[in-house]
Amino acid sequence: MSLTRQQIVKVSLLARLRLRDDELDRMTDQLDQVVSYMDLLAEVDTEDVEPMAHAVEQTNVFAEDRELPSLDREAALSNSPKRDEQCYRVPAVLGD
Amino acid sequence: MSDPSYEIVIGLEVHVQLQTATKLFCRCSTRFGAPPNTQTCPVCIGLPGSLPVMNRQAFALALKTAVALNCQIPGFTKWDRKQYYYPDLPKGYQISQFDLPMSQHGYLEINDAKGAFAPKRVGILRAHLEEDAGKSMHDELAGKADSRIDLNRTGTPLLEIVSQPDMRSPQEARAYLTELKLLLTYLGVSDCNMQEGSLRVDANINLHVATSQGTVATPIVEVKNMNSFRAVERAMAFEATRQFDVWKDTRIALGAPGGHKTTRGWDEQAQMTRPQRQKEESSDYRYFPDPDLAPVIVTDQQLDAVRADLGELPAALRTRLQTEWGIDAYDADVIVNQGRAFVDYFLALANISGDAKRASNWMQQDVLRVLNERALTIDLFPVSSTSLAQLLKTVQQGELDTSRARDVFNAMAESGDSMPQAMQSLGIQAVHGDELADLCRELLEANPSVVADVQAGKDKAIGALIGQAKRRNPNANPNQVRQLCLELIREQGSAQE
Amino acid sequence: MESMSIHELTATELIQRLESGDLTSVEVVRSFLDRIEQFDEKVQAFLRVESQRALSDAERIDQRRRGGDPVGRLAGLPVAVKDVICTEGQPTTCASRMLQHFTPPYDATVIRRLKQADAILIGKTNMDEFAMGGTTESSTLATTCNPWDLQRVPGGSSGGAAACLAAGMAPLSIGSDTGGSIRQPASFCGVHGLKPTYGLVSRYGLIAFASSLDQIGPLARNAEDLALLLEVLAGHDPSDSTSANLPVPEYSQLVSQPLDGLTLGVVREHFGEGLDSEVQAAVREALRVYESLGATVKDISLPHSRYAIATYYIIACCEASSNLARYDGVHYGYRTDEAAMLADLVAEQRALASRGEATALDDIDSPLVRMYRQTRSEGFGAEVKRRIMLGTYALSHGYYDAYYVKALKVRRLIRNDFDAAFREVDLIAGPVAPTPAYRLGEKTEDPLAMYLGDLYTVSANLAGICALSVPCGLSSDGLPIGLQLQGPPLDEQRLLRAARMYQAVTDWHTRRPEGF
Ligand SMILES: [Zn+2]
Repeated sequence: MSLTRQQIVKVSLLARLRLRDDELDRMTDQLDQVVSYMDLLAEVDTEDVEPMAHAVEQTNVFAEDRELPSLDREAALSNSPKRDEQCYRVPAVLGD
Repeated sequence: MSDPSYEIVIGLEVHVQLQTATKLFCRCSTRFGAPPNTQTCPVCIGLPGSLPVMNRQAFALALKTAVALNCQIPGFTKWDRKQYYYPDLPKGYQISQFDLPMSQHGYLEINDAKGAFAPKRVGILRAHLEEDAGKSMHDELAGKADSRIDLNRTGTPLLEIVSQPDMRSPQEARAYLTELKLLLTYLGVSDCNMQEGSLRVDANINLHVATSQGTVATPIVEVKNMNSFRAVERAMAFEATRQFDVWKDTRIALGAPGGHKTTRGWDEQAQMTRPQRQKEESSDYRYFPDPDLAPVIVTDQQLDAVRADLGELPAALRTRLQTEWGIDAYDADVIVNQGRAFVDYFLALANISGDAKRASNWMQQDVLRVLNERALTIDLFPVSSTSLAQLLKTVQQGELDTSRARDVFNAMAESGDSMPQAMQSLGIQAVHGDELADLCRELLEANPSVVADVQAGKDKAIGALIGQAKRRNPNANPNQVRQLCLELIREQGSAQE
Repeated sequence: MESMSIHELTATELIQRLESGDLTSVEVVRSFLDRIEQFDEKVQAFLRVESQRALSDAERIDQRRRGGDPVGRLAGLPVAVKDVICTEGQPTTCASRMLQHFTPPYDATVIRRLKQADAILIGKTNMDEFAMGGTTESSTLATTCNPWDLQRVPGGSSGGAAACLAAGMAPLSIGSDTGGSIRQPASFCGVHGLKPTYGLVSRYGLIAFASSLDQIGPLARNAEDLALLLEVLAGHDPSDSTSANLPVPEYSQLVSQPLDGLTLGVVREHFGEGLDSEVQAAVREALRVYESLGATVKDISLPHSRYAIATYYIIACCEASSNLARYDGVHYGYRTDEAAMLADLVAEQRALASRGEATALDDIDSPLVRMYRQTRSEGFGAEVKRRIMLGTYALSHGYYDAYYVKALKVRRLIRNDFDAAFREVDLIAGPVAPTPAYRLGEKTEDPLAMYLGDLYTVSANLAGICALSVPCGLSSDGLPIGLQLQGPPLDEQRLLRAARMYQAVTDWHTRRPEGF
């Protein structure tokens, strides 16, 4: 598959990136090249092959429902770029 | 209520907060109402490097619910990341389930005891376990443009229960929710408190309109912001009418240009739905399996154990009240719908008093009234089932008339006294059969004219004696006085012959 | 031996001398701090050096030792930590502008284990931004040079972790390996590096690049030290759902036992086009050394290895695009200058309006979405953005099956290849990288060429098996060459023993770069 600049624009929104025009051009070229290379996989016969999402076959890993101390608020908020005494702050969330 | 030319089609998505002590993937408390951002940790803030570990109890509660909803439970289930950006979603994805949910293809039976609709099965498409997001708050007071984010709720376990579009009226939608909530309450998996957000409902609704070319489906509308079951019922009724009006105007069908799914919010004050803004590219959540979580395998033995542990569910209980205790369907419904503890009280009362019908009447009229008046639940009701059974027996044996018994009941409910204590403080005494017979004999002797009238076939004449009996003994049961007097007069008659 | 300076001693030797009282921890720490002081301006392996804390920790350990109190396995020994691993109260940056001022309120599990072993955390090492790269050049905070040739890269992404060992600035260090990020810099810098079996070492506190591939592992200057450090790092962690719940073998004891009747597999596909002839010669020579030690070398095939790069980059980028979504300027990390952003937004709208193209604020250009996009575009470097874009694309509607699911299936086939191979051979031997270290700036503008350099290392991550890099030669330019040994899951002890066997009869691991 080959990538168009239009697709890159769309993907950049999905990825919440804002690319300048020159970045968009370069990104289109570079990713197009990489994606073309990835098309190599099309030639592999993968019928009846189970996808492998995990490197190990672990199942049923649980923790018991017992409360442990939370972070104190100051520690939780201390890395926030914008905050008040109680909360993180962001530009207004529009809509509902 | 509905226009015969269309059928309403409703499917409901219910999010239920599972009653665990800690969150789904970390061990922070799920307590409601804590000060903002005091119940968070690296995991639920999504700090770099943190990793989720599944709460055993959350999965157990979800499984129990799915089994009770008659769902098929696949042997293998996994968790996926649902990706979107929102400030109350700190990881930039929600851990949810996509293509292999923990349960699917179940059903819930709904019925209306008054017969507003025919009993039916509402299909459950799927029920899956996911994490909740945090809360965004708007700081309008200060006039600031910022939103404030509280992550206490982030990571709370939710079971999302998606119904099939099987409901055909607003009443059915409400009945489904009522029955679902009842079931969840019986299972003890959620407190279902809508005010605290433990139960949230979104609805999908459209119409199937009969036209000369056959049935046409109108565009689907997702309705949000409904804060009570009554609001759901009203929103559905409003939407049906609105959609039919739109259809008549535009004739735009589902899937036609302009016929895509839209979202509307219920405005409780205005009692109407309003359009909501669509989120841009919202459909592309880029789900993929969460590499940080292990899949879960459920065995048949586990399922058997869950089933064995379910307890008696509302539908089975309703049937049992009818078949074992001779309660009619409507009464069984009222009792069962009050919750398991209420049913247990009823069963104890019926058992001890030996009179299920009387127990049912008292519970529905008197006990429920007090509970409602005082906003109590049955476990906090001051009169024990044994005490109440004693009262009912006394009434049954005619030793107390219903109106006096009610006074005694109210006193018991007020003070928590036993029946004898309450009667004593009210100055009420039960009148035993012998005592009453003596009283009646005296009255008959003193009133030969009444006896004569009765013997002449005028039973009503007894009425004159009842007032006198009450004056002599306020505890005398009028019905019993009437009955006894008539019997005594008949005995006299037959003795004379 | 007595005359050797502290930084030339192995970790194992240092521990012996600390235990015997020949050396104090303060002396050891001060010696390495001096080395850092002397050389790190040139090498720039460290992003931050914790001199004060390290010295006071060392003093505390010395006191405990003098008082006869029990101390941990690594008591008083400095360990350098790659800056992708969270350290409570100390900045953890991932060499990114995004996290430049991020201070975790918690320790990674491996840091807790190091602290329990009484190791001295001497500093945080440089790396490719978010561990994405093979040169450490994508670090936005420093440029690390290869001590063997300061014009060359140290490899990556754990470039600082390897370079600090090569320059004698630390006896031990820990890195992370997602597609070769420990082994390749170890190879480029002439040190040992081990990528453990997926799940052997807890990932809790390791800032994720690609969760199903990432593993923390040790780097050291010889096999014994590697074994010792692995033994401290490994072990079950209930905070990591993918952590193996198994007892940890005593690697430090096992490592000195030679392997009888070792069978080494040599992958046919690894000796093809693109492999530097000097690297090939060094690896072949290493195989002959093994044969001289009684090992059998067997030709094997991993038929799907030619798909490993494509498979790896799809999976890694998909996971990365998701793992890096959390850097949105809300809860921690960098946020764009909001006032400037809002002013821009208003100006743009005015401009649109004046051209009669007035648009209402929609989602795309709401202040919030603009904040996200601006923050992420400024906070991430080019390589990180490329991978986020690639992963987002591959997971997006219509491409998911063709790329992501397909890659997961080929991943299974790659794993199956290894399973079949390990039925025939004990370990697989081959090159770590196709060439020795590149020149600085040589590959930065050609992403695909750089990705292809990971050809020999990514498969171990895809399959979840263990692998290590052992120094096995020097190129004609005097650059180190590494031999890669790959082993079946959880067979680290065999890898370490094989490395130790080789090391016992060769001296590549004792070579030091000139001037250090
Ligand atoms: Zn938490």
